[in-house]
Amino acid sequence: MGNMKLLEARQNEIVEEFSMFGDWMEKYEHIIEMGKELNPIVENDKTEDNLIRGCQSRVWLAARKEEDGTVLFSADSDAIITKGLVALMVRVLSGAAPEDIAKVDLHFLEDIGLNTHLSPTRSNGLASMVKQMKMYGLVFSARS
Amino acid sequence: MDGNYDVAAIRREFPILERKVNGFPLVYLDSAASAQKPRTVIETQREYLSHFHSNIHRGVHALATQATEAFEGARETIKGHFNAAENAEIIFTAGATDGINLVAGTWGRANLTASSTVLMTRLEHHSNIVPWQILASEIGFKIEVIEIFPEGTIDLEDYNAKLALAPSLVCFSHVSNTLGTVNDAKLLTSLAHDAGAIVMVDGAQAAPHMNVDLQDINCDFYVASGHKMYGPTGIGFLYGKRALLDAMPPWRGGGEMISSVSFDVPTTFNVPPYKFEAGTPHISGAIALGAAIKWMESVGLDNIAAHELALTEYAHDKLLQIEGLRIYGTAEHKAGVVSFLVEGTHPSDLGTLLDQLGVAVRTGHHCTEPLMDWYDIPGTVRASFGAYNTFDEIDALVAALERAIKMLK
Repeated sequence: MGNMKLLEARQNEIVEEFSMFGDWMEKYEHIIEMGKELNPIVENDKTEDNLIRGCQSRVWLAARKEEDGTVLFSADSDAIITKGLVALMVRVLSGAAPEDIAKVDLHFLEDIGLNTHLSPTRSNGLASMVKQMKMYGLVFSARS
Repeated sequence: MDGNYDVAAIRREFPILERKVNGFPLVYLDSAASAQKPRTVIETQREYLSHFHSNIHRGVHALATQATEAFEGARETIKGHFNAAENAEIIFTAGATDGINLVAGTWGRANLTASSTVLMTRLEHHSNIVPWQILASEIGFKIEVIEIFPEGTIDLEDYNAKLALAPSLVCFSHVSNTLGTVNDAKLLTSLAHDAGAIVMVDGAQAAPHMNVDLQDINCDFYVASGHKMYGPTGIGFLYGKRALLDAMPPWRGGGEMISSVSFDVPTTFNVPPYKFEAGTPHISGAIALGAAIKWMESVGLDNIAAHELALTEYAHDKLLQIEGLRIYGTAEHKAGVVSFLVEGTHPSDLGTLLDQLGVAVRTGHHCTEPLMDWYDIPGTVRASFGAYNTFDEIDALVAALERAIKMLK
């Protein structure tokens, strides 16, 4: 029941969106905008258990499996750029099939020249969040 | 602003300062994390590796003699610069962290018991906390924290109250890496000695910024890192008073640190400093650290200190003009560090955007989580200065900050 094409289309859509921006400043402005727009995680989900500690900023991630088998993510961060990047990840992966989440090659950050944010040395919690999202994908697909 | 200090000439000695980052000239304001290297340090290391590399202390050939002389010459330079009583009191380590672990692993293990108390300040870097916590979990001694005032200075009343607990050891940083507070090492040492404690000073952030006279401070142990004083990474030193070093058990076992090894009678150990220098040391690093110290002396640490003080005061004035900016660490005596937060922004966001504008600062908790928790903040943005920084660079920081804040708010 996977639909890898959906994830690919979502990634390409983001890459296209960012291709409109000329310089880094506009890219970051867009990320910050998305950070501001990200629906805040429900307070109940902002728990210690859901906290992914980065060295620099904190990220919260919650996941639940819907009745149709897809995974719904919600996330938040105390830093707005991280939150914008988190919003991008949620936009790509939320509502997808768990096995797709586990398997997908997330190339869009590299495509838009923001892959340094995914490097583990970046310590913004984003790399750990992606790992955690994929882990949820794995766990939820094993249960179905 | 500071008379004859020729910062342009100093900058020319640092090749890295010529490079650009993200299309902007590099503005390096992260010397508290690690200082850049002058040509003489780079050249000294290259010269050693190209012309007289050899293992030290054991060969009879020309290269071994030359390398040994250079290595021991660097020890002599450190001893002279920091005014230790003798060369044997200077032990080469991998850095300040390594030195603290050495003291914990030898002096600490031999002298602390379940009923001991160890004092340390709220200001400490993790490297002056965790080695003691690890040892405490093994031995069971108590760690007591000396409290601070909101401006980042040590609360002497609390210090005296904690000294009444008769601690075996007092640990404090000479200069706070996060706030820049310069602690009165001589006074704190003398009070601790009056209470019968041994004193361990973390000098990682002090050594690059001021003349340090170890016999005058009179502390028992002092550590510093080479890379923060314009030298290479992976090298630093531990100073220890000779009588303590003589009595301390060895740390790591291996070559160099022994007097005689046998399977039949007990192995005997070398004298300090060699007793604590098992294995082949970081020879090129030690020699280049000697060159770095000579370089600091050629500029003059008093001159460097005056220049950095002027930069710090200028930065304070300029930064405080930014709306909502709060400086953490406002002690009267500060060395080369300005930590701050801007209301409504996260330090990591500011750091990310400053980097895009070529300005290198450190953001986060600066390995001082207990201090950040005490202020109830996630971290700060820290600009730190070295001998090569300019007033223009502070203007560049302020301009970049204003741009970043506008984007974030």
